[in-house]
Amino acid sequence: MTHSIEVKDLTLNFGSVSVLKNMNLNVAEGEFVVLLGPSGCGKSTLLNCLAGLLEITDGQIFIKGKNVTWAEPSERGIGMVFQSYALYPQMTVRGNLSFGLKNARVPQAEIDKRVARAAEILQIGPLLDRKPAALSGGQRQRVAIGRALVRDVDVFLFDEPLSNLDAKLRSELRVEIKRLHAQLNNTMVYVTHDQIEALTLADRIAVMRGGIIQQLAAPQEIYNRPANLFVAGFIGSPSMNFLHGATVDGGQAIQLGDVKLSLDGYEGGAVGTRDKVILGLRPEHLVVQDHAEPGRTIAAVVELDEPMGADSLVWLKAAGGQMSVRVPVERRMDAGRQVHLKVDMSKASLFDAGTETRI
Amino acid sequence: MADATLAAPTRAAAVPRGARPKRALSGRNIMIYGTLFVFSVYYLLPLWVMVMTSLKGMPEIRMGNIFAPPVEITFEPWVKAWAEACTGLNCDGLSRGFWNSVQILIPSVILSIVVASVNGYALTFWKFKGSDVFFTILIFGAFIPYQVMLYPIVILLREMGIYGTLWGLVLVHTIFGMPILTLLFRNYFSTIPEELFKAARVDGAGFWAIYAKILMPMSLPIFVVAIILQVTGIWNDFLFGVVYTKPDLYPMTVQLNNIVNSVQGVKEYNVNMAATLLTGLVPLVIYFISGKLFVRGIAAGAVKG
Repeated sequence: MTHSIEVKDLTLNFGSVSVLKNMNLNVAEGEFVVLLGPSGCGKSTLLNCLAGLLEITDGQIFIKGKNVTWAEPSERGIGMVFQSYALYPQMTVRGNLSFGLKNARVPQAEIDKRVARAAEILQIGPLLDRKPAALSGGQRQRVAIGRALVRDVDVFLFDEPLSNLDAKLRSELRVEIKRLHAQLNNTMVYVTHDQIEALTLADRIAVMRGGIIQQLAAPQEIYNRPANLFVAGFIGSPSMNFLHGATVDGGQAIQLGDVKLSLDGYEGGAVGTRDKVILGLRPEHLVVQDHAEPGRTIAAVVELDEPMGADSLVWLKAAGGQMSVRVPVERRMDAGRQVHLKVDMSKASLFDAGTETRI
Repeated sequence: MADATLAAPTRAAAVPRGARPKRALSGRNIMIYGTLFVFSVYYLLPLWVMVMTSLKGMPEIRMGNIFAPPVEITFEPWVKAWAEACTGLNCDGLSRGFWNSVQILIPSVILSIVVASVNGYALTFWKFKGSDVFFTILIFGAFIPYQVMLYPIVILLREMGIYGTLWGLVLVHTIFGMPILTLLFRNYFSTIPEELFKAARVDGAGFWAIYAKILMPMSLPIFVVAIILQVTGIWNDFLFGVVYTKPDLYPMTVQLNNIVNSVQGVKEYNVNMAATLLTGLVPLVIYFISGKLFVRGIAAGAVKG
């Protein structure tokens, strides 16, 4: 499989501020990669570098095997969709779609053909002669996607394309983008801070923080086996429970305050005896039960119950801290009730408290 | 009890609907309209006197009642001011100055706006190393008094061989319009989302294509403001006109001054008034047609500093 996008040792400084640090990223042909991270992590900046809208300080960028490090945005074979749609207000939808093609001196017949095709794929045919001001948010973003589509390029770059839309439209267009990817099968790089978008759309997710990719892996891998404490805490809503403790018995068990859990079944590296570790448990990987099992359960007291429709989130006091557990909504959890939380070690994550990396 | 139930609907019907009516003659209104009236009279009275005097013959003016409307309306002073009044040896009235002004005005307005808008565009979207310093220096230029630069520019124009020509004056107007116009355009362009500019670059538009095809059509209000500022400013200019041109090429304002201040012969007040009104006509007309556009454009340009 050839690489559609190859980023080698990319560094970007704004003055003395280092925004992207020695970054390497390979995107396979037809792959959907999502850049995910909190605001200010450099994800949009990386996308702008790929598009050629920012001059990089050091490193190289290859698109389809061609070194485009210093190429103009229009020469890179990319199409880009922006958060604010960025449609040209004085032009009709047709004008917006054909502007880039006219600049590239594509013959009129070819322009008409491509605009018609994009309009058909995105179902914006009836809107072609309207101005952007006369369109709804969803329609505008569709036109913006169309503008990338008509360019007939292999790489699509999305810069938080759904952030300006309301929740319902967002989920509709999310599905549409996924369908579009399946239909066109071109490479897509998608920037978002919304983990649902990332988890649903991506073939691989790159979780970023402070200009560094923390983990680049398939969504399930990121969710189940986060590479470090930051990824573990960032992905998942409600977020993972973290319990501080130490491994004992030569790495066979973990001591969390006065609770001792067996590490039997933990999927990870050699644990060994460590003074300070953090055990990460997702709320849905804990089972609430009434009886204790030595080495398998944590005693807890119910604090409150948040019904969320399909299930409810129960907050408990356990192992000297607060924990949340997802339970079926039918199970009533009254405050003050004594329960035991059964831990599935095969789905747990163990981090070194010093390096914050997964063990 | 029965009384109460009966009384309730009647009271409900008597409840007033709509906004509370305001008294037309409240103390507040009297104050506001009184002040407005006084100020209108203050500003309109001179105009009234000028128009009336310009329509009178000299004998009627000598009678001294400057506020009275003319007994006998005559347009002769207007004709004389336009075509016959003498300045020095030329006796073709203000018409010569008018055409000089037009010849100065058109290229100055076009040139200064084109250069300043491209400046503002480059300083907003194509930032280069030191562009902020450049902009600061440019803005600083707006605060330097003209008098300081008068003589150096004379030398500069002489060295360039365009001293005393229309083009020399056009150049001076373009340069002096630059700081304020660049600021105006830069502020307006910085309200345009940067993503629009990025999208155009991805679409393969270059420096000039983005300027002409994307930004210009979006920025009509600010161009209107710039045109109004420049037309009125350049038309009303006296100092540069008198310093950088020769008598043959004097703009209308300079010629007006020469007509009004000529010492020989009788003071023809009616001709002077007509000449002044003629000179003020261009800015006046511009304000009348574009007042609304002007306010809208200024407001648009002032949103973000």
